[in-house]
Amino acid sequence: MTATEHLGAAVGLGDDQLLAMYRMVALARAIDERMWILNRAGRVPFVISGQGHEGAQVGIVSALRPGLDWMVPYYRSIAAVLTFGMSPREIMLAQYAKASDPSSGGRQMPGHYGGAAYNILSSSSPVATQILHAAGIALAAQIRGTGQVAITFMGEGSSNQGDVHEGLNFAAIHHLPMILVVENNGYAISVPSVKELALPDVAARAAGYGIPGVIVDGADVLGAYRVAREAVERARTGGGPTLIEAKVTRLTPHSSDDQQTKYRTAEELAAERARDPLPRFREQLATAGILTPEIEGRLATEIAGLVDDATSYAESQPDPDPASATWYVYAEDRPATGGGAG
Amino acid sequence: MAIRTFLEAIRDTLGEEMRRDPSIIVLGEDVGVKGGVFLVTDGLHAEFGETRVIDTPLTESMIVGTSIGAAANGLRPVAEIQFADFIFPAFNQIVSEAARMRYRSNNAFGCPITIRAPYGGGVHGALYHSQSVEAFFTHVPGLKVIVPSTPYDAKGLLRSAIRDDDPVLFFEHKKMYRSVRGDVPDGEYTVPIGRAAVTRVGTRVTVVAYGLMAHYALEAAERVAEEGISVEVVDLRTLRPLDRETLLGSVRKTGKCLVVYEDNRFGGYGAEIAAIVAEEAFDYLDGPVMRVAGPDVPGVPYNHVLEDWFMVNPEKIAEGIRTLAAY
Ligand SMILES: Cc1ncc(C[n+]2csc(CCOP(=O)(O)OP(=O)(O)O)c2C)c(N)n1
Ligand SMILES: [Mg+2]
Repeated sequence: MTATEHLGAAVGLGDDQLLAMYRMVALARAIDERMWILNRAGRVPFVISGQGHEGAQVGIVSALRPGLDWMVPYYRSIAAVLTFGMSPREIMLAQYAKASDPSSGGRQMPGHYGGAAYNILSSSSPVATQILHAAGIALAAQIRGTGQVAITFMGEGSSNQGDVHEGLNFAAIHHLPMILVVENNGYAISVPSVKELALPDVAARAAGYGIPGVIVDGADVLGAYRVAREAVERARTGGGPTLIEAKVTRLTPHSSDDQQTKYRTAEELAAERARDPLPRFREQLATAGILTPEIEGRLATEIAGLVDDATSYAESQPDPDPASATWYVYAEDRPATGGGAG
Repeated sequence: MAIRTFLEAIRDTLGEEMRRDPSIIVLGEDVGVKGGVFLVTDGLHAEFGETRVIDTPLTESMIVGTSIGAAANGLRPVAEIQFADFIFPAFNQIVSEAARMRYRSNNAFGCPITIRAPYGGGVHGALYHSQSVEAFFTHVPGLKVIVPSTPYDAKGLLRSAIRDDDPVLFFEHKKMYRSVRGDVPDGEYTVPIGRAAVTRVGTRVTVVAYGLMAHYALEAAERVAEEGISVEVVDLRTLRPLDRETLLGSVRKTGKCLVVYEDNRFGGYGAEIAAIVAEEAFDYLDGPVMRVAGPDVPGVPYNHVLEDWFMVNPEKIAEGIRTLAAY
């Protein structure tokens, strides 16, 4: 047995799948970095980032079935929605708030992902509300017998909201096919988790609902995949919801409007770099002989091309027409002549 | 044609719609085996089973929030909030989520849910079983708000609400559940959302009301008719979207407008009606737009003397009509 087979076999993944996952982590990172450059260059007013969270998101979402399952994302879910089918162009259309942005047609801030074509429900800004939408999607899946799983994501700060209790309680009572992923990066903007939570682990709360609560190192992409695959299997076979807590690091400020050096020391920020999932996954695959320098070079070129293409494409697209600002308050508020969304 | 109570009309509609459309579910506290604390959903659990008639935990945000998600995945939920007074834990889900889903997704997602809630005072319900909460929601674009006053309208409008592709709040005055009866036709009919009804034709004063107050307005009109004041009554039926045409048409004819609502006066729904009439019918007015509304205290008190003091009634409305007619 080669080292290659060994790494994939443990989680039932072939080399191609492992490389696809690596590509997704790297692609999400590259788009994210471009968003910051565009922001600092004054091209886009706002960025909210997923840097540091991508490994957990790609690992977990790789266990789902795009096209069947549902996702209710949050503002750091860039890698999650990419893995679920959204394209770099679509991410950039949202970043530039263009008319053809599938998330909102330029109506919402960037990071508020949604897309009917991918079963990604539109997301809002008040944190944690989405868990109840995921529970409702899962309820409908159960009643209609569709075999779908609903997955939703949020931060550990948000996990303190009352909706989380209401949602986990209901999902547990009815054994709903739902997965809640808490991406614990240790901060809610500036407030450290010791002031957010009396216990170190959000996952410990799962016991209060009688459901599994699983902790995974968010820089361990394959570990994240493994726990998600178990959770998906459980959900799909009537075993009910799972709470997955991924311990991740936030490599950027909260958003482009935040100055994190005010509340995080230089030492801490430097140390957190060691928890970056991208180099860790790269090294893991390289050591296993799966990611050769040649493949890595090819991927880097492809990703750079995709990011450039997405940027120039989005930049060239039209803004929404002010005349469209009154459309879709209600179903009957439609453009006077034909026309689709946007 | 059959005589039905207000409550029976609502219950019949839920059953008929659930028989027609298997995607409709009913969920809320005690709506299942017990049939709801007012028995509005009585019999539904026995007929449709616990999969479609769901006794939820005591968590209002969850009732609305899961309805939103279930609607996104192909169901048409009819949620019951046990009392309108307890809708506030779900306020965020209604206002931030349900109301904004279509707009924020640029029409990619809608939110076809109906939220029913008994509201209103005069039933010894005190501060927390008497509230009129409509103004909190009529303020919000993306929501539709219905307050029917007759069994006929309740049935026709609830059917329209359930079939509507946007979130609808459907407020039922609990004092009317058993005290109000009326003719309800046998077949399937709908009353369109957004249409008011002129329930009494008159010439000198327009009284605008809805819900229980629509009945009290008619009683008041009868009293002052004996004194020679001819009153036209407009029952709004739907508060949002508002039927401006019927409202303004009546006021332009009579030249006087009295707005009646049970909620606290300050910032209540009737304040918006007064503003619209002042802006759009100013040239036709022969007097100020006036209001008869609940006093500005934080709730309806329990003691019957205090409750009577709070509640708008036909005599208070008649007094308002006399004052306005004298201009
Ligand atoms: C209900 C609500 N309150 C406050 C905010 C402002 N806010 C946005 S994100 C955030 C911190 C969230 O922290 P956490 O849940 O840990 O997620 P993270 O950003 O760390 O991924 C706050 C306070 C909000 N969006 N919604
Ligand atoms: Mg956090």
